Amino acid sequence: MTRKDPSGGLIISPIKNGTVIDHITAGEALNVLRFLGITGSTRECLSIATNVESKRMGTKDIVKVENRELCTEEVDRIALLAPHAKINIIRDYKVVEKMGVEIPEILRGVVRCPNPGCITNTNEPVASAFEVLDKGLHCLYCDWLIKDNIANHII
Amino acid sequence: MYHIISIRDFERNDLDYLLDRAGEFDTGKYQPGMLDNKLVALLFFEPSTRTRMSFATAMARLGGKSISVDSVEASSIVKGETLADTIRVISSYVDAIVLRHPKEGAARLASEFSSVPVINAGDGAGQHPSQTLLDLYTIRQSMPVDGINVGLLGDLRYGRTAHSLALALSLYGVTLHTIAPKGLEMPASITLELRERGMEVIEHPNVEEAVKELDVLYVTRIQRERFPDSASYYNVASSYRITTDLLDGVNDHLMILHPLPRAGEIDPAVDCTPYARYFEQARNGVPVRMALLHEVMK
Repeated sequence: MTRKDPSGGLIISPIKNGTVIDHITAGEALNVLRFLGITGSTRECLSIATNVESKRMGTKDIVKVENRELCTEEVDRIALLAPHAKINIIRDYKVVEKMGVEIPEILRGVVRCPNPGCITNTNEPVASAFEVLDKGLHCLYCDWLIKDNIANHII
Repeated sequence: MYHIISIRDFERNDLDYLLDRAGEFDTGKYQPGMLDNKLVALLFFEPSTRTRMSFATAMARLGGKSISVDSVEASSIVKGETLADTIRVISSYVDAIVLRHPKEGAARLASEFSSVPVINAGDGAGQHPSQTLLDLYTIRQSMPVDGINVGLLGDLRYGRTAHSLALALSLYGVTLHTIAPKGLEMPASITLELRERGMEVIEHPNVEEAVKELDVLYVTRIQRERFPDSASYYNVASSYRITTDLLDGVNDHLMILHPLPRAGEIDPAVDCTPYARYFEQARNGVPVRMALLHEVMK
């Protein structure tokens, strides 16, 4: 888990309450935050570590979100980017719940359809909706298929 | 509630059922007042002649009435109203909505906001299921659809009728031959989907190579606006033109279909040959749309 630095401190200190997302695919931490809708303008107190040594994965990323417990629907979104991620819900410094992530069947409002002619890219009051398939993300409105670089299309 | 949005929503049994029903309407096996007191809204935010008029005709033949919006300029869309709001309001007036819209997915969106059934009459480069049904109906009048060789010629990239038809034909064990100018080929994602559905898709560089093995040749319009200048358009369009010379040695039972309007893809001299079936195809829009309207409002 979190590695001690030579000075004896921790790269990321423990949090009292909130969510720790561990075992994120190395380099995807910032995209994971975008998937969760956590940006520079939101108020969460965040700790992010990237390319941390991991016995299982070689290297991994870790994200800690203080004072916010992510629900299953939120964390499942990140399965596309970090299928091995583990979610730890922390209360009073203790892990009270530990869960993996499952790829959701439908992804709503997370990814923008790359098709400029898609109705979801207009002023209509609908969120984008993609069916998650083995071959990619299938737009439920215009049938466009996003095969790769999903992170490039995050809203 | 029964919406008709995309050919992807249909199983083979659904298509066969609707085609059988269209056959009954075509041969007069129906009561003329079946949709008495029913009202359909024809919302056409893009130009249309055949689709709009055949839906209106179908409704009238079943005893129902239709109201229409014929352009964006004539609607509150120009004031910035969303399609969602338009649909919410219009669906409170009528028993069904027929929608043509320039944006892909518009009909799916409309179905989410409508309190009455929605029939997609074409959404951008997306789907046009009622056209596909009348295409299938026309083929079925002459031959069983199963296992035949169908050629798709023209703009296969943006042509929504070609996409819808190809997906439907994949349910019938058809071998698909695609013939398209460079840059207007069938999108790779659709070709992949067709192959995943078990369809054999053969790409040809020119129509001469493919035409002699076809049972059906489905021609689509090559749109001038897809080309940077008139010269390059005419250059491509002339090489994809169907002429009587091209038809030497084809199968006797070959059917040439076209969703119309045509813009020079088929020489008018071909109209007089037994292969030309596109006007009959356009006529079939009425019984097929009678079946659809009745199905969603019965």
